[in-house]
Amino acid sequence: MRHRTLHGTRPGTLHGTRPGSRRCCGLFSRSRQSADCEGCSPGGGGGGSGGGGGGGGGRMFTTGAESLLRQAREIRDEELGKFCARVCALLRKEDWGPGAVDALRRLFLIVSATKYSRRLEKPCVALLQTTLCSPTCPEQLQLLCAAVLREMSPSDSPSLSCDHIQGTRQLDLVASVLLAQGDQQQVRSLGQCVLKVLESRQPEGPSLRHLLPIVSKVTSLAPDALREEQTRALSKRLGDWLRYASVQQGVAHSSGGFFSTPRARQLGPVTEVDGAVATDFFTVLSTGQRFTEDQWLNVQAFSMLRAWLLDSSPGGSSAPDVDDRSELEGSTLSVLSAASAAGHPLPPQEWLQEKAFEYCQRLLEQSSRRALRKADSDLQKACLVEAVLVLDVLCRQDPSFLYRTLSCLRPLYTRLRGDPAWVRALLPVARFFLRHGEAAAVDAEAVYQHLFTGIPAEHFHSPMLAFEFVQFCRDSLPLLGRNLGVLRTSFPNLFKFLAWNSPPLTSDFVALLPSLVDAGTAVEMLHLLLDLPCLTAALDLQLRSLQTASERPPWDVSIRAPGCLEAFRDSQVQGLFQHLLRAQASGTAERLTPLYRLLQPLAGCARVVQCAEAVPTLLRAFFSAVTQFADGVLASQLALLLLERSDSLYQVPGYEAGVHRVLGSQFPALCKLHPPLVVEQAKELLEFVGGPRGGGHVLASVVWAIGEYLSVSWDRRCTVEQINNFFEALEALLFEVTQSRPSTTLPKCPPQVISVLMTTLTKLASRSQDLIPRASLLLSKMRSLAQSPAPGSVCGEDAGAVRTRATELLNLLKMPSVAQFVFTPSVAASEPRYHRDTNTALPLALRTVSRLVEREAGLLPG
Amino acid sequence: MVHVFLIHTLRTTKAEEGLCRVLYSCFFGTENSPNDPQPHGAERDRLLRKEQILAVARQVESMCQLQQQACGRPAVDLQSQSSDDPVHLHESPCGAFRLTAGDPFQEPRTVVWLGVLSLGFALVLNAHENLLLAESTLRLLARLLLEHPRLLVPTANLLLRADCIEGILARFLPHGQLLFLNDQFVQGLEKEFSAAWPR
Repeated sequence: MRHRTLHGTRPGTLHGTRPGSRRCCGLFSRSRQSADCEGCSPGGGGGGSGGGGGGGGGRMFTTGAESLLRQAREIRDEELGKFCARVCALLRKEDWGPGAVDALRRLFLIVSATKYSRRLEKPCVALLQTTLCSPTCPEQLQLLCAAVLREMSPSDSPSLSCDHIQGTRQLDLVASVLLAQGDQQQVRSLGQCVLKVLESRQPEGPSLRHLLPIVSKVTSLAPDALREEQTRALSKRLGDWLRYASVQQGVAHSSGGFFSTPRARQLGPVTEVDGAVATDFFTVLSTGQRFTEDQWLNVQAFSMLRAWLLDSSPGGSSAPDVDDRSELEGSTLSVLSAASAAGHPLPPQEWLQEKAFEYCQRLLEQSSRRALRKADSDLQKACLVEAVLVLDVLCRQDPSFLYRTLSCLRPLYTRLRGDPAWVRALLPVARFFLRHGEAAAVDAEAVYQHLFTGIPAEHFHSPMLAFEFVQFCRDSLPLLGRNLGVLRTSFPNLFKFLAWNSPPLTSDFVALLPSLVDAGTAVEMLHLLLDLPCLTAALDLQLRSLQTASERPPWDVSIRAPGCLEAFRDSQVQGLFQHLLRAQASGTAERLTPLYRLLQPLAGCARVVQCAEAVPTLLRAFFSAVTQFADGVLASQLALLLLERSDSLYQVPGYEAGVHRVLGSQFPALCKLHPPLVVEQAKELLEFVGGPRGGGHVLASVVWAIGEYLSVSWDRRCTVEQINNFFEALEALLFEVTQSRPSTTLPKCPPQVISVLMTTLTKLASRSQDLIPRASLLLSKMRSLAQSPAPGSVCGEDAGAVRTRATELLNLLKMPSVAQFVFTPSVAASEPRYHRDTNTALPLALRTVSRLVEREAGLLPG
Repeated sequence: MVHVFLIHTLRTTKAEEGLCRVLYSCFFGTENSPNDPQPHGAERDRLLRKEQILAVARQVESMCQLQQQACGRPAVDLQSQSSDDPVHLHESPCGAFRLTAGDPFQEPRTVVWLGVLSLGFALVLNAHENLLLAESTLRLLARLLLEHPRLLVPTANLLLRADCIEGILARFLPHGQLLFLNDQFVQGLEKEFSAAWPR
């Protein structure tokens, strides 16, 4: 690839270049021809060196773009000024040839490549605007002018106005610039301009279709842009365009044969997507070889219909998703709809609603036809979704549509649920039943049951469906009401989406978790969250087991562990797999340890690792939701679960450490929620501190919680014996972690854990004062140990911190009553009185104590 | 309604040199809330828009990278495909994600993206847009862009083909309006575009 120089260093290039010149290169000077020529060089058009060039195609592309962007950014103002002068010269003499196109393309790049504003000379901007509005200028140039002007916006001094624009094409171009300004007033006057043109024309006027998207945009940006009577008039016409477009194909202007004169040829009626002659009115699913203008308007009208219905309804679009079921819905459910009173022309808004309803009904019918083209079959699905969404809007605006709508949605649902190809279209139908089910006597629960049981298990691997499904759940929350239970018990299925697509869905699930979890499912859900990476691996295996070797995508380098696949079918672990892949909450949680070992070869897969990285975030969301409602029993259960699972996790690189950090921070939170749990679960806690333990985070927080909550002031059942038992266990633990030789396989104990252990031992001693001599001895040992630490145990600053803490604790223990006051403050100490009353104030007491401690510390050497 | 359309570079891994670059972007209208208490200077507004677009591009890039890794597709796969091979858009990685309100747009938005060779294409949509339509429109735009200006030849001429992109958007996504176009309509528009554009 030719290297482009930075033209800025060569002043000659600026003025010296003409279009077509091959001497110079650089942003300003690359000619159209040379650009095209480069376009077909290596890797592109298949030159001799195609292989080499193709190999790095992507990168080369990026490098080229990089250098062009840099040049565009580095252009200095004076250079830009000269370049603009050249552009101006071309535009002024209306030289609209390739040279002007090339220059404007470069100008666009220069203006758009930087995030800082580029200032163009006023005359240049004015010329761009003139060219934009010129009726004779080629489209290519006009679009470039519009793009340059748009890229400069918002600008402080816009001078473009749509007031005197003739011709829809110019208005279309000017609108794109004006809309980019972001000025409400301008948007409104643009709306008025467009309306004026729309009103002044015959319905069949040429190019009217270019104006409808502008109207749609204007009303979405400034809902008050159109006056009420204008809205009504347009609603009426939209209804006409929807319902009464021509059913004949457009006229083909054949040039005629050699001997015949040019003539127009009628191509006959439009057809359905399956090739049959259309049986009813024209819709976006009607095809032909050519289309008439009103058929184009039909397409535009349907494309903007839903937004228009919402924006133009008297209530406006302020709350399109609020559940606005009124009492009306049930009572006015009448077979007699507005339409049956035909004969009288309807008011425009109702006219549009009625036509929209007929249109949607026809789309539902058309979507059941077998499309001849793949693109049309995709469009059928999109149309079906849109039709159901429009019907939903209609029924919300006028409940009298409900009866007729339901009579076509019921069979539709039956049709769709049997066909996996249409699964994405099921969601809006289900949402419709959810919103209107009560009034329509539809068993929404059955619909949900099907939705939540079948779809996630079968389609978890489709990223788009996963996104839509989760969004569906989020959007449906306010509507679910008494059906929330179905959603809640389906969390194992929903988690499949999460396990498979964790990067885009994590934030959605963080938002969804508070609604998913309740006291009944919390324990099971925590287990499943901790097993989420394992679920990813199991889903991977499930997919692989379903595919035959030939069906596997070519890039799938099958993991070198065929044993996994065999085991998946093995009856011994089948039960565990089934449990992990269950569709609904089972109320129990099996220990999956055998699966961890079995799935170990998959633990390095990128998907599993990605999921593991998401789990800590999800755990935090889970706990913050659970602590809102958990009672003592649940808090105890979760605390124990947390201890149990801290060393029973699927081994994914980095997973355990991340999970431990969250579990470590959550254990104290659970204890705070229900302090007696330390006394109640004393046996389990003793086992935990005495047994083999994982990382320091969980251990430190457990030890801290023992020191904090093992006291009669939190639970009267706390006995001296219990305190003594804990003291002994922790003493042994401290001994173990500080004495172990560096050669042992145990991980190095963090100084935080040592420090927490010493403090907890001191706290316990202050509550059972017989222990004070033992604690003092231990602390002075720690102090001297920290002064001359064993190699590899604790060192440097850490040792200093341990020493200081040991000294402070020793001093406090010298005054047992003070120690008890400091280490086991009464619950009353947290009351405001303690902090306000100068005589009993806690700060006063603490200051006195710290003076004592400091004085004592000052007396001691080192 | 589409809020932004953008094309940007796509690196296969974070480690690859260079930065994620936006090659083309188009805002369809802006989202200044009607009661913006403090209108900022035009320059700041423009800066904000550019930053918003870059934020979306970076997220798309990282979503695409993660999806590719998760599929076990080797990192070189996306890039090494020769640009002469027909691009199979239906096999290209694609996805969607949500942008919460305030990050980076005021309103909540949905992003639909498609990765083709070393290019990312993305639509930023209103939160409750018809995603099936958005997805097929994005594929259509990508196909047209790839076919017409020969974007994928290993030169940087996409940057200098703004007119082509504008011409395609003006027809297939006018002012950000997603259109229900059946195959015959698409063909008609394609013919119209080809006639108006010298290759």
